[in-house]
Amino acid sequence: MDKILEVKDLHVNFATYNGTVQAIRGVSFDLNAGETLAIVGESGSGKSITVRSILQLLAKNADIAKGSILYHGDDLLQKSEKEMDDIRGNKISMIFQDPMTSLDPTMPIGKQVAEPLLIHNNVSKKDAMARAEEVLRLVGIPNPEARMKDYPHQFSGGQRQRIVIAIAIVDYPEILIADEPTTALDVTVQAQIIDLLRELQQKIGTSIIFITHDLGVVAGIADRVAVMYAGKFVEYGSVNDIFYNPQHPYTWGLLDSMPTLETSENNRLNSIPGTPPNLLNPPKGDAFAPRNKYAMEIDEEEQPPYFKVSKNHYAATWLLHPNAPKVDPPASIKKRFEKFKELGGSVK
Amino acid sequence: MVDEREKIVQVKNLKQYFNIGKPNEVKAVDDVSFDIYKGETFGLVGESGSGKSTTGRSIIRLYNPTDGQILFNGQDISKIKSHGPQMKEFRREMQMIFQDPYASLNPRMKVKDIIAEGLDVHGLVKGDEERDKRVRELLDMVHLNPEHMTRYPYEFSGGQRQRIGIARALAVEPQFVIADEPISALDVSIQAQVVNLMQDIQKEQGLTYMFIAHDLSMVKYISDRIAVMYHGKIVELADSDEIYNHPLHAYTQSLLSAIPVPDPAIEKTRERIDFDHSQPFSDDQSLQEVLPGHFLYCNAATAASFK
Repeated sequence: MDKILEVKDLHVNFATYNGTVQAIRGVSFDLNAGETLAIVGESGSGKSITVRSILQLLAKNADIAKGSILYHGDDLLQKSEKEMDDIRGNKISMIFQDPMTSLDPTMPIGKQVAEPLLIHNNVSKKDAMARAEEVLRLVGIPNPEARMKDYPHQFSGGQRQRIVIAIAIVDYPEILIADEPTTALDVTVQAQIIDLLRELQQKIGTSIIFITHDLGVVAGIADRVAVMYAGKFVEYGSVNDIFYNPQHPYTWGLLDSMPTLETSENNRLNSIPGTPPNLLNPPKGDAFAPRNKYAMEIDEEEQPPYFKVSKNHYAATWLLHPNAPKVDPPASIKKRFEKFKELGGSVK
Repeated sequence: MVDEREKIVQVKNLKQYFNIGKPNEVKAVDDVSFDIYKGETFGLVGESGSGKSTTGRSIIRLYNPTDGQILFNGQDISKIKSHGPQMKEFRREMQMIFQDPYASLNPRMKVKDIIAEGLDVHGLVKGDEERDKRVRELLDMVHLNPEHMTRYPYEFSGGQRQRIGIARALAVEPQFVIADEPISALDVSIQAQVVNLMQDIQKEQGLTYMFIAHDLSMVKYISDRIAVMYHGKIVELADSDEIYNHPLHAYTQSLLSAIPVPDPAIEKTRERIDFDHSQPFSDDQSLQEVLPGHFLYCNAATAASFK
């Protein structure tokens, strides 16, 4: 497959009054042409920082301490601000979480959608507006010709998010980064937006990096999934690997703490105890160890490397070490393993 | 069988309008009736703008209802004065847990003063020693370290703050607690902690909950019965299993069909049901019991078809 983006050993620190926060502690991943990679994790795990690093949209106190981000083999971290301007919103664009604040309230929406074209391409205003109208129709805004002159407040939340998507795709980007694009929306609207993103991907062949904390949404949209915790990917693999053959206890915990529609009120929800670590002083060993009931002595001492589960499926947990004792995963996870076998996978 | 249970809250034809008589009049809650039984968890779901939060806020009298009755333990509380002794007594019996654990705690107050505010207002404790003792008990109940009672809200995480909000609500020993999206601002791994805590406390103290949320899988898990709201009306009400297994209203069906499930095989074959929003209601419709304990907003002919 065609790798269009390679992030290698990314480290991002933030200087704060209390000291240096190590927000990203060694993240590496590839993105292939036309695929959707989902990054899941809790707030503060570093998923937004990871993707903002790609476009260098970080706060002033951020420092990309180490690593490289290769876009078609070219390191984006070596580019000047001016060179980045040519990439942002053009080759790589971003959909932000909150459709209420990511539009300019004082500008008609047609102009906002056409803006990237006018900035990046040498097109006439007329052509740009025509294209904006076409894209607004594509994302499902009814009567775009009439509504181009309307302002953001005249649209509903779901429609605004469609407009934000229209801005992001108007220049047919190669990579679309969607940072929690549906979190602020109702479930029925969320389902429509996800359908729309899938449809657009087929039409314009863009690759998507989709950030969310909702595993249900991930199951519907992702080809590959990375699970993030305390500034690192703790497990990554295909969508089937992560949902039917998860290996990291944190992935187990996330999947296990969601009630499914089958969970009855008689059985208690399984929660992950405790809270994520403070990245001002990241723990010496595995950051998840204090919340992990399967933790071993080595977890306190040394960070686990990535163990290979299968082709393209890796997890950073000492439980996968050949000498680790066999543990008993939660019941709901064992059910998932059963499903994995039915699908023809082999479970360790 | 249903009527053997004791009703703690009876809402009768509740209407809550805003900007009455003006062009921008909003019928946020439009003729809603339902009962909540003692000891149960009553789930209220709906999308943003459906009127679910307004319903909760009208019941606890943060608003003055436009019309209708709210009976609490048989007594009509819809018209009691906002600042009278009756209201004070009522507010002790009914408490609220809010959605945003960041905005709902006063940043300038210590945790112990936040939790004890209700105790002070109602004169439930005498002297600092008893007050501190009670605060310690409450913090212990919500699994927070009682030593942290002199800290300020910013020193706590979102999940911990929500526990403080729960401790504050329970300090005055209410019978009925309205929880308005208590977990939607929390991370997945923390949501389960808070829900488990709420259920444990309910069992210990025999509380009744009204749980308002848009996360349908969590509502189904926690609720005994669920009402679905749409455009200010309850369109369907039934036992939670019944509503999930046999949804009758087209809106409920569309809502259920949109819930993402953490299972790729299910997601890939999902068929969404679209709901036609153009003409949701007609004048001949009302909320009717079409099957035992299962209420549907429909007309007489539809209701008869279930007989």
